[in-house]
Amino acid sequence: MKRRDFLRKSVGAGFVAGTALSFTGYNKLFATELPEADTPYDLVAVRGGEPEAMFDRAIEAMGGMGNWVKPNQSVLVKPNIGWDVIPERGANTNPGLVRRVIEKCYEAGASEVVVFDHTCDNWRRSYQNSGIEAAVNQAGGRLLPGNDESFFRDVKIPQGRQLKEAKVHELVLNTDVFINVPVLKHHGGAQITISLKNLMGIIWDRRWWHRNDLQQCIADFGTWRKPDLNIVDAYRVMMQNGPRGVSEDDIVMMRSLVISPDMVAADAASARLFGSEPHQIGHIRIAHEMGVGNMELENLSIHRIVV
Amino acid sequence: MQTRYLKPFRVIISLFFLVLSTLIFIDFRNSFSEGFISSFLFLQFAPSVVKVLQVAGLSALGFLVILLLTMLFGRVYCSTICPLGIFQDVVSWLSVKLRRKKWPYRYARPHTVLRYSLLGLTVVFMLFGSILLLNLLDPYSNFGRFVTYFAKPLALGLNNWVAPMLMSSGIYTLYPVTLPAIRWEVMLFPLVMLVLVLWLSLKYGRLYCNTVCPVGTLLGYLSRFSLLQIYIDEQACSKCGRCDRVCKSSCMSFREGSVDFSRCVACYNCLKICPDNAVKYSANHGRKISLLDKNTLPASKKKDVAAKPAVTSIVDDSKRSFILTSMLVFFGINRFAKAAVDDIPEPEQDTTIPEKKNFPVSPPGSLSLEHFNRACTACTLCVGVCPTHVLQPSLLDYGVGGFLQPHMDFHAGFCNFDCTSCGEVCPTGAILPLSVDDKHVTQIGVVKFERENCVVYTDNTSCGACSEHCPTRACDMVPYIGELTIPEVDESTCIGCGACEYICPTRPYRAIYVDGNPRHKTAERPRTEKVEREIDFEDFPF
Repeated sequence: MKRRDFLRKSVGAGFVAGTALSFTGYNKLFATELPEADTPYDLVAVRGGEPEAMFDRAIEAMGGMGNWVKPNQSVLVKPNIGWDVIPERGANTNPGLVRRVIEKCYEAGASEVVVFDHTCDNWRRSYQNSGIEAAVNQAGGRLLPGNDESFFRDVKIPQGRQLKEAKVHELVLNTDVFINVPVLKHHGGAQITISLKNLMGIIWDRRWWHRNDLQQCIADFGTWRKPDLNIVDAYRVMMQNGPRGVSEDDIVMMRSLVISPDMVAADAASARLFGSEPHQIGHIRIAHEMGVGNMELENLSIHRIVV
Repeated sequence: MQTRYLKPFRVIISLFFLVLSTLIFIDFRNSFSEGFISSFLFLQFAPSVVKVLQVAGLSALGFLVILLLTMLFGRVYCSTICPLGIFQDVVSWLSVKLRRKKWPYRYARPHTVLRYSLLGLTVVFMLFGSILLLNLLDPYSNFGRFVTYFAKPLALGLNNWVAPMLMSSGIYTLYPVTLPAIRWEVMLFPLVMLVLVLWLSLKYGRLYCNTVCPVGTLLGYLSRFSLLQIYIDEQACSKCGRCDRVCKSSCMSFREGSVDFSRCVACYNCLKICPDNAVKYSANHGRKISLLDKNTLPASKKKDVAAKPAVTSIVDDSKRSFILTSMLVFFGINRFAKAAVDDIPEPEQDTTIPEKKNFPVSPPGSLSLEHFNRACTACTLCVGVCPTHVLQPSLLDYGVGGFLQPHMDFHAGFCNFDCTSCGEVCPTGAILPLSVDDKHVTQIGVVKFERENCVVYTDNTSCGACSEHCPTRACDMVPYIGELTIPEVDESTCIGCGACEYICPTRPYRAIYVDGNPRHKTAERPRTEKVEREIDFEDFPF
C-alpha cells in the first residue's frame, strides 16, 4: 500500500512537473463558482457543416478561444474515447473536431494541450481506432493514458447529495483550462450522454455511480468542477443502441455542434437536437435543480448559425 | 579445428532465442505483433506436436524441423532453441562463476528408468486424451510460466517505478500498468518447478533435461541415430579428463572414452576444451571404434526399458500423481478466496441470489472445453498478449486435467469484441485463430440475468452498465418504471464476451453474468434497423 501511495504521488508530481504547469489548477477545487468568461452568448449552435468548419464558426461567434485559453496556460481537452470503434460509428467524439479544438487552443497561446479518457474498451485500441490518437498527434497535443488507478486522486464533492467523493484523474487537477468535448449519443442507462455524462471519463470508480443512483451521481459530480467550455459533437449522432452502438445503422448525420460554458445548457440544447425534452433526462433535470447550470433554453441568449 | 567455434556460435544463437522468448512473455505493452510471436515460436517442439495432433495443421510442422535437425546434429533444440534449457545454462554458468569452479561437472550414470518412465507416461496420458503430464513437464510451457509469474511482475514493478520518474522529466514512452493479481495457488506449482530447475541447474548442469524433460528424453533417444555425433578419438586422447569435467550433461566418460550421446545437449563445451583435438563431432563416429562396443551394450538395455516404460513404473507414478492431485484439490478449495481485482466501495446492500454458473468459459477459438483442455499446455502466452487481461490462469476450474490452463475471468476483464490476439499466438492449437468476422459470432458462453439482483430492480435507479458495454445488443435496456429502463437479455445474439458481467456493479453476486458453453456455438448477428430521420439543418429545436 505504501508503495502504491508513493507511486501515486510520484505520478502526480510527474504530471505537474512534466507538463510544466503551475498549481493554479488546484484553486479551482475550492471555488464553487468559476469566473465567467465574457462571452456574447450563453450558447452557440451550428448546423449543416463539417465538424471543423462548424467549430470555427461557433468559437468565432463566442468571441474566440482566447476567451478561455490565455497564453501559457495548460489545457485539458476531454473527448469521449470510450469505445474501440471507428469514427463512422459515432461512438466517440469526432477526431476532426478534436484536432481543430487542439489547434485553436495552441493558436490562443496554450503552453500544452493534453487529452485523455478513462475508456470502457481497452484504452490503447480505443485511442487508436477512434482516430483520436492520430488527430491529437497531428495537432501537436499529448494523448495520455487514463486507465491506471495510479493516475487518480481522491476529491471531495461537498455539494453532492449522493456522491460525496470521487477519484479524479490528476490531469483535471493539474491543468489550467478544462474543455469538455463530448459526443451526443443515445444511452441505454442514462437515456442520453452529452457533457455531464462525459465527465464519467475523468473519474475512476464508475461502478459505484451505477450502484448508487447513476442519474443523481452524474448531476452531483457536475457541482464539483465545471468544464470551462463544452463543445458538443452532434455531427454523427447515434440514435439507438447507445452508447456503444452496433453498426452504422444506428447513426444519423445530424451535422450539428453546440458550444456553451454551461454544461446543462449545452446538454439541454443537444437533447432537443436528439429529440428529447431536457427535463425528461434524469441527470439534466437534477443538475438544473441543483444549480449546476440552466436547462431553460428560453431564458438563454442563443446564437444559431447555419453553415 | 573449426569445431572449436561451434560453442561461441551456439551461445550466440541460444542467447537470441532466450532473450526474445523472455521478452515475448514479459511484453505487457503488446509490442510484438501476433504474427511475429507465432513465427518465432514455430520451432517450439512440444506445442508443435500438440498442434499437429489436435488440428493436423500443416502450419505447425515446426517439430519436424526439430526432428530433422536432431537426426543431423543431435539435440541442438535443447542447446539453442529451448528457452528452459538455455535458462539453465545461464544459471549453471553463473553458479560456476560464483563458485569459481573450473571443473564443475563429472560423468554420472543416466537415470534411464526415470526418464523413459516420464516420457512413456506423458505419451500414455496423451493417448488417453490428457495433456496434463506434458503440461506439467514441457520445458517451453514451464519457461513461459516462470516468466509470466516471476519475471514479469519484476519487470512490471520496475516499469511502474521508472515510468512516473520519466513522466516527471517529460518523457512519456513508459506508462504504469496494473495487471489483475494472480492467485498464489496458481503460482505454487510453477514455483516448485522453478526451485527444482534452479537446484538441478545450479548443481548438476542439465540434469533436468536428462531426467524430467520428456522432450529431452525423446530427442535424446533419436539423437543416438544422429548423423553427426560427438565421440572421443581414443588414439588422440591423452586422458586429461577436461571434457568430462565441462560436460553439463555429465554424459562424457573420459575414463571409458565414451559419450552417451542420448544425453548430450550439443553444447560443444568439450569440443572447445579438448587440448588434443580428440573430441570429434562428425559422421565418422561410434560404430567403427572398437571401444564403443561397450557403449552399445547398455544402449540396447535402455531400448528394452523404453519399449515398455509404463508397466514398470506406473504404480510409483500413479501414487505420485495421486498425492499431487490431492494437493491440488486441497489448494483448489481456496480458489474463491481470490485477490480482489475490483477496488470499489462497499455497495449499499448486498445481492442475495448466487450466480449459477455451470461451466467455465474457454477463450474464443478454442472450440470446446474438450478441445481446449486436450491441447493447452498452460504456457500463459495468451494470458500475456490478451489486451484486456480477461484471460487468466485457472487452477482447477476445468478440473485436474485442465490444471493451470487459462480461462475467461470476467471479474478481471472482458473480451474485446474486435480482438483475435489469443488465437493468433497460441502455439499448441488449443486456441485456433479466428477472423474478426467469425469472432463476432463465436458464442463462448451465454448471458444470464438475475433481475432481482439488478440495481434497477432493487433500488429503482438507473444503471445500464451491462447494456452499455454489450457489443451485440444481447443485453438491451427496455422500459421499466417511468424514465427507468431495465436489462433484457437475448441469448441468441450473445457471444459471451463478459463485458456485462465485468461491469455489473452489484456485489457479492452480479445481476448479470456469463455461463460457459462447453461446446462453442454460433450466435446470431444483432438485428438492427436503420434509423430513418429527416434532418432540417435550418431548423433549431430551441
